[in-house]
Amino acid sequence: MENAFKEFAFWSLAVVTVLGAFGVVRTHNMFRAALLLVVSFVGVAGIFALVNAEFLAVVQLLVYAGGVAVLVIFAAMITSNVTESNSSTRAQPFAVLVSLLLLSALVFSVVQAEWSLLPDVLPEPLAAVFVDTPAAIGRLLLDQFLLPFEIAGVLLLAAVIGALSLVRER
Amino acid sequence: MLERLLILSAILFCIGLYGALSRRHVIAVLISVEIMFNAVNVALVAFSRYVTPAALRAAGEVTPIAESTLLAGQSFAVFVIVVAAAEVALGLALVIAMVRTKDSVDVTEASLMRR
Repeated sequence: MENAFKEFAFWSLAVVTVLGAFGVVRTHNMFRAALLLVVSFVGVAGIFALVNAEFLAVVQLLVYAGGVAVLVIFAAMITSNVTESNSSTRAQPFAVLVSLLLLSALVFSVVQAEWSLLPDVLPEPLAAVFVDTPAAIGRLLLDQFLLPFEIAGVLLLAAVIGALSLVRER
Repeated sequence: MLERLLILSAILFCIGLYGALSRRHVIAVLISVEIMFNAVNVALVAFSRYVTPAALRAAGEVTPIAESTLLAGQSFAVFVIVVAAAEVALGLALVIAMVRTKDSVDVTEASLMRR
């Protein structure tokens, strides 16, 4: 029963995510593209929740579906008086070719590889790791990944200062 | 389960790549890159949940090291999200600066540094 629900949830989320992403790159209306982007982000958040990454699912909703989407929508509206259609560049056939080649290479290597897999239903000691992921990730960030954590803070500060100085009125 | 998650991630990545290479609107290119970031996060989370860490395989039982490596993929995804947020903030600032100076959102016209 639970398995059937998980299968159904995975396939519907995967279809929503891929269709949303495809709509983003195909539509010519930037505002519509931003809204489809939100659909795709929410689908990815659902997939995170399905694979025991509840913390990331919430962060995905807050940062992407919340913050990034609002930023993109604002930018799309600010620049919408610039009347230019979002048509394709001359590189489009090349882009199709490269993406399809990369896709087939990735799918081929995923199918060919011999994975050393954990079982779908985790044994007892391992299942405990995935019960309280926010606390465990917090401990990891402040212990094993402390230096990257600090660098990420500096990066965000630099991004804020850079963005402010770029859009400042001269 | 791992295979289908990775294939989903590959499809998303290639859609993003196609958009980033072929669109003319700067914001469209930016959000295509965001889709690629998302695809990488899906792959990282899938690896974190389904691939047995080497430390676990060697020890045969749960050690503190194995426990932390089980969630390393999810921690990496947190960093990817941070970098993506910084990227989109800077990118949209660049878009607004570009609209101010060139009154255009066409990437093929952003050629100030080309000789």
